[in-house]
Amino acid sequence: MAHQFPALTSEQKKALSETARRIVANGKGILAADESVGTMGNRLQRIKVENTEENRRQFRELLFTVDSSISQSIGGVILFHETLYQKDGQGKLFRDILKEKGIVVGIKLDQGVAPLAGTNKETTVQGLDGLSERCAQYKKDGADFGKWRAVLKIDNQCPSHLAIQENANTLARYASICQQNGLVPIVEPEVIPDGSHDMEHCQYVTEKVLAAVYKALNDHHVYLEGTLLKPNMVTAGHACTKKYTPEQVAMATVTALHRTVPAAVPGICFLSGGMSEEDATLNLNAINLCPLPKPWKLSFSYGRALQASALAAWGGKAENKKATQEAFMKRALANSQAAKGQYVHMGSSGSASTQSLFTASYTY
Amino acid sequence: MVIVYGDSPSSDQDSSPTASTVLCIRPPWQESEQGHFLPRWPFRWCLGSARWEEDSLQPPPRSRQSVTPPHRRASVGVASPRTPVLGGGVARAGRGRPRPPGGVTYLCGSRSLIYRSRGWNRSCRGSERELFLWLRSYLAADRTVTMPHSYPALSAEQKKELSDIALRIVAPGKGILAADESVGSMAKRLSQIGVENTEENRRLYRQVLFSADDRVKKCIGGVIFFHETLYQKDDNGVPFVRTIQDKGIVVGIKVDKGVVPLAGTDGETTTQGLDGLSERCAQYKKDGADFAKWRCVLKISERTPSALAILENANVLARYASICQQNGIVPIVEPEILPDGDHDLKRCQYVTEKVLAAVYKALSDHHVYLEGTLLKPNMVTPGHACAIKYSPEEIAMATVTALRRTVPPAVPGVTFLSGGQSEEEASLNLNAINRCPLPRPWALTFSYGRALQASALNAWRGQQDNAGAATEEFIKRAEVNGLAAQGKYEGSGEDGGAAVQSLYIANHAY
Repeated sequence: MAHQFPALTSEQKKALSETARRIVANGKGILAADESVGTMGNRLQRIKVENTEENRRQFRELLFTVDSSISQSIGGVILFHETLYQKDGQGKLFRDILKEKGIVVGIKLDQGVAPLAGTNKETTVQGLDGLSERCAQYKKDGADFGKWRAVLKIDNQCPSHLAIQENANTLARYASICQQNGLVPIVEPEVIPDGSHDMEHCQYVTEKVLAAVYKALNDHHVYLEGTLLKPNMVTAGHACTKKYTPEQVAMATVTALHRTVPAAVPGICFLSGGMSEEDATLNLNAINLCPLPKPWKLSFSYGRALQASALAAWGGKAENKKATQEAFMKRALANSQAAKGQYVHMGSSGSASTQSLFTASYTY
Repeated sequence: MVIVYGDSPSSDQDSSPTASTVLCIRPPWQESEQGHFLPRWPFRWCLGSARWEEDSLQPPPRSRQSVTPPHRRASVGVASPRTPVLGGGVARAGRGRPRPPGGVTYLCGSRSLIYRSRGWNRSCRGSERELFLWLRSYLAADRTVTMPHSYPALSAEQKKELSDIALRIVAPGKGILAADESVGSMAKRLSQIGVENTEENRRLYRQVLFSADDRVKKCIGGVIFFHETLYQKDDNGVPFVRTIQDKGIVVGIKVDKGVVPLAGTDGETTTQGLDGLSERCAQYKKDGADFAKWRCVLKISERTPSALAILENANVLARYASICQQNGIVPIVEPEILPDGDHDLKRCQYVTEKVLAAVYKALSDHHVYLEGTLLKPNMVTPGHACAIKYSPEEIAMATVTALRRTVPPAVPGVTFLSGGQSEEEASLNLNAINRCPLPRPWALTFSYGRALQASALNAWRGQQDNAGAATEEFIKRAEVNGLAAQGKYEGSGEDGGAAVQSLYIANHAY
């Protein structure tokens, strides 16, 4: 066997590791604002706003121009390609606004899913072509981390061995390329909640998937201390009739992570996957209160679960700016507290926060 | 909704009456051969105080029976203080407190049915038989599970037993005495002190170790036996197994049958011993063993370890681990990378990471319950012929880094092998490992053979008069390593003969 050929120098490793730790330090989490054009279309349609570039820019501007105290709750923001180059009303680039607040800027790198022939409608992810050059450019343009979403589903004969292997492999290739270009890769193997399976089954599948992901990362010589994981929480399928408490979800989730995620990974930022804002916060809080040993930070990387109230408050109207920003700050703060296990449930908040945000077979 | 079977639950139940539904009925029991009472449909239940098993069920459709079906979001649980536990339990939703959601209100002791349901604010009475019929059809209804659930390899009780044993072995300050040298390995040890390799001499020598007094209780959590030794007795006729168990130490057994070559490789090997392993484990369990050990060997050279060697050894370790757990035995997984060679620390770290990643992937594939295993790896050290010398702190950092990148936190303990390090070196390195500033979610302790016994062997030299002194040497090393396992060892400062002499034997096979 050939001697190790170091993939990264110690300086590169140090930079990656420090960036990763900054993103999840002290209860901070990630705002996933990287919805593609099509996905933003779905969101805007719900509040009867037209899906134009200007509208998208306006909404993101509202989120990014909140008071700088947001940097105590948000350590990183994931942007879509278009957004990385957009500016606010005064002509200042969004990425500069975020950086000045001390928030790390990230970029979605995958290019959507592609079908795996011969499977029960399973997919892999594309985007590896020219990825190294794209990463180098994004790094110059201010990004310090990347995100890549692989999707697995629980169904008849799913996830198949091929789907698990293939998605784990593309995640590892992406991670390796990112690190070569100084970007911290966020590894997202999402097991979607569609289906009527129970929580035990989700735990079993999540454990198998994560074991495969970490084996692939090891095979591809990825530096774990310079990565972050963005998994699903272990929950029952959306059509499952059985209901579970946040404590049960927490125990199943942490157990699954416990058995598969090496301690070298600095942080785990859960996706919200269609949970309501309040459920996402309550579950994260329970996870941080779970009595099992947790050697990684357990934080959030929420899209819908951070923006739903803000979106509803905005409604496309500039005069709702204050309400929008307040709604966003509130969720950010709540989740930051949950990431430290200090969230106190305030009783029922507005309807948007408890409304389930589940969309079947969700693609960003 | 919660259904309680049996006449009356025990009085120490949590009886906080929060919103819930309770149903108390007496189902038609049938008595099994062992005198257990079984209901007539598949159900799970627990013995003793309230422990609830929940089954994932579809709610029944609303009907107009006089017995009202439960609320849409019902979950059904069963408990009876008098019925026994079935062997294959249901995998429960998480491992939270054993209480049904929403609390329980008991209305019991009566043959008639009274229940309250969430959303129904009145009590309904119905005949026992009617409810029973509804319940039976409700429970027998075809539940929709779209894909076969995982087939749990172990029940919750089996998992708990394994996990408890593992935690006992690596309790704070404790480690393992590896006294499982085969007949061939003992030959080498005894020839070094000029003693003939007879069964009696081997028995006498192990007696020297096992007659240690209670001071070893706080630093030895487990002892690994060789097959022969498991059935030997001391001079008073007391089986060694009993002596060890009476000290509160867990008894283990070596179960592999040595290495065999892998054709087409550069002198690499795999390990044999899987044939009939399940029956052997069952027998060892009866004979007092609660954990087992299986050693795989890999070596570092220009082209090794090869992908095949890593894959094959990882697979064989995972099969062994799976079989052990089925028989209530905690498997110690030992993927040893030999220190032979002139490679440096970095190379060893790299190889160790690759090997351990393969081992844990194989364990996952074979559905091994990690919380009920222990790992026995090499420390990350340079090859014996490497010119560069490294401090214990460097070794510690490399070792802990490699483990952090590969060993899931669910593993309760990592018990290092000494692999030919001198007694003092092995203790100093272990100490440095436990002082390493990186976060370490597993216990980091020892499973030493030579590094616990060298001085004792030397002091004994086959003379019974020396037995007491020899035992003292052993206790000394055991205590030192007990401290090192907590990062509290201050170093001996002496140049003791056997303690620092390197115990390296080229290409060591136990």
